[in-house]
Amino acid sequence: MMQHLNKFFGGLRLDGHKSESMRQPLKTLPLSKQLIFPLNQHIGLPAEPVVNIDDTVLKGQLIASPGGSVSAAIHASSSGKVIAIEERPITHPSGMRAACIVIETDGNDQSIESNVISAYQDCDPSTLRDVIRDAGIVGLGGAGFPTFIKLNTSPGKIIETLILNGAECEPYITCDAMLMQTRAESVLRGADILCQAIQAKQCLIGIEDNKPEAINALKKALTEHTFYHHINIISVPTIYPTGGERQLIKILTGHEISAKQRPTNAGLVCQNVGTAVAVADAVLKGQALIERIVTVTGDAIKRPANWLVPLGTPIQHLLAQYDGRGDNNDIIIGGPMMGFVIDDIQAPIIKTTNCLLVLAHKNKFPEMPCIRCGECAHVCPAQLLPQQLYWHARAKDFDKIQDYNLFDCIECGCCTYVCPSHIPLVQYYRFAKTEIWNQEQDKQKSDRARERHEFNLYRLERKKRDDEERRRKKKELLNRAQGKTESEADSKKAAIEAALARAKAKKDSLATSPKNVDHLTPEQQKQIDEAEARRHQQKKDNT
Amino acid sequence: MLTAVIVLLVLAVIFGLILGFAAIRFKVEGDPVVDMIDALLPQTQCGQCTYPGCRPYAEAISKGEAEINQCPPGGEATILALADLLGRDPLPLNEEHGEHGGKTVVHIIEADCIGCTLCIQACPVDAIVGAAKQMHTVIDDECTGCDLCIPPCPVDCIVVVPVKEDLQTWKWPYPADASGENNS
Repeated sequence: MMQHLNKFFGGLRLDGHKSESMRQPLKTLPLSKQLIFPLNQHIGLPAEPVVNIDDTVLKGQLIASPGGSVSAAIHASSSGKVIAIEERPITHPSGMRAACIVIETDGNDQSIESNVISAYQDCDPSTLRDVIRDAGIVGLGGAGFPTFIKLNTSPGKIIETLILNGAECEPYITCDAMLMQTRAESVLRGADILCQAIQAKQCLIGIEDNKPEAINALKKALTEHTFYHHINIISVPTIYPTGGERQLIKILTGHEISAKQRPTNAGLVCQNVGTAVAVADAVLKGQALIERIVTVTGDAIKRPANWLVPLGTPIQHLLAQYDGRGDNNDIIIGGPMMGFVIDDIQAPIIKTTNCLLVLAHKNKFPEMPCIRCGECAHVCPAQLLPQQLYWHARAKDFDKIQDYNLFDCIECGCCTYVCPSHIPLVQYYRFAKTEIWNQEQDKQKSDRARERHEFNLYRLERKKRDDEERRRKKKELLNRAQGKTESEADSKKAAIEAALARAKAKKDSLATSPKNVDHLTPEQQKQIDEAEARRHQQKKDNT
Repeated sequence: MLTAVIVLLVLAVIFGLILGFAAIRFKVEGDPVVDMIDALLPQTQCGQCTYPGCRPYAEAISKGEAEINQCPPGGEATILALADLLGRDPLPLNEEHGEHGGKTVVHIIEADCIGCTLCIQACPVDAIVGAAKQMHTVIDDECTGCDLCIPPCPVDCIVVVPVKEDLQTWKWPYPADASGENNS
């Protein structure tokens, strides 16, 4: 079947640098003494350990279960003993340390018993999704999004097509090419299982035309079996970034998926070929995701090659296979366009580590002012305006930058690559993105704090009101308790008042009419007056 | 002449009625600007701006009593947002009110806590749990880092700890900083 191919906007033709690492056959790495499993190797919440220190674990045994609905399980990639669950350097651009399970291998590489499903064609899609979830499979193309969630399409939504991404468009990286060449049969099996899991009618495998061996290997495997009639292998032109999900979808189907939409809106699900092989291994061999192919390449590496690496292997152990490696090198995880430099080679190979690119250290060109040439806008595959985004990111104007659809940026690095002023444009966008996410988190937190503060004020107010109410009620209650004897109290009061009144009247009558003062002689009267005057004087002196 | 006067009078009455109706029907309760300012403040309720909480500060800003640069926890981002909202020029943070530092929370050294409940009463967001003569503790996720609980503590058992950056909160650095150049 001839497939009509579309074109996406922008993009670059880059030097592939792929042949270097494809000269050697796939190599197997000797087992490392220690294996380090970061609990967060995927997008979503970190996994939760289910083993304790000093536990003995077998190869393929679950050591951490998903820590939430968007999370993935982690399995031991060899047998040994758990010696620590602690913070270790991780494979992350921050150079941060994070919680890891550390296993000391015993060298026996003893596997755990596994459940194999051979008749997957008769399986319910949800059973297959459960198997994929329990195997801890995440997108191996780089993002590391848990695969079972991507397969869990909303009910009633019909998925027509599964797209397998074998483009591997970034220079230097060849792990998917090696995988397709060596395990073509598993790629097709995985595609078939994924089709079954999402009930897709057809599968398109898109591969860039700079990988003829991989295309031939898959086509050969396809012709050997008749039941793969729904799978199509399509060679696509080599233009970076063809391997972007939305770019590959555009090329193969002509659908343009906006940033707010998901491919499922167009009846599509896109998976990496590596993920398909992991799915095939999980279902047909009962093997969890415990190993992957990693490309070791770059101009500072003598014999670049692809290695089959147990997950958790320290990067140092892998680089130790190459002696004579100079010290003044940059070690990049991923490719030259989207990868990030790490400093600590104690960090392990994780599920999403596709390439170790070791390049002789070059001093960066100093950043020069933007000359507004517009080259960046010509190459941007998301059809954004990188220059505008740059100005607003630099000015930290995060409202404006979102008006220019910052979050449509796939960070492919085309704009940085072509910029004649050597402005690290993508760095600015990454800075702006994480800053905006952070501000959103802060906003949520401050909203919660406002709510709590308002409730605090309301609570204090209510307490005050309640206290007053209680005091009032108590008083009332007290009064009511006394109310029973109110008449009694009244009569008592009345009696007291009457007695007082009587006494007063008596006193008054006494004061007003002394009985022996009638018919006084003037002399007597004078004496009395004098005595009265003296008494008054005395009273005055006393007071 | 008379017709013109009558027409104008009638028009005046009609418009007057419309305006009168609108004034009643679309009356806005409270000051919406205060809400908008309040939404931009970090809600630590720390009082470093000299107002007793974020909302009183928002009210003061909207009345023109306070400058927009008095909020140390919000820092530059808050000042820029306020300047943007109010159409004022951004000002540098007024250092009199404090410096903009990293995010912090407080922890209670539980062994030293005597259970006096004074910190609970001081907390503006009810982020401390405990009871009289019982050990108290801080709910990390709800603590705003306002430090209002520290002065009342009679045994000085409350300490400030910086919030640790994790993978979820990690930010790519500003490129100009990374290259060591001062482009801003």
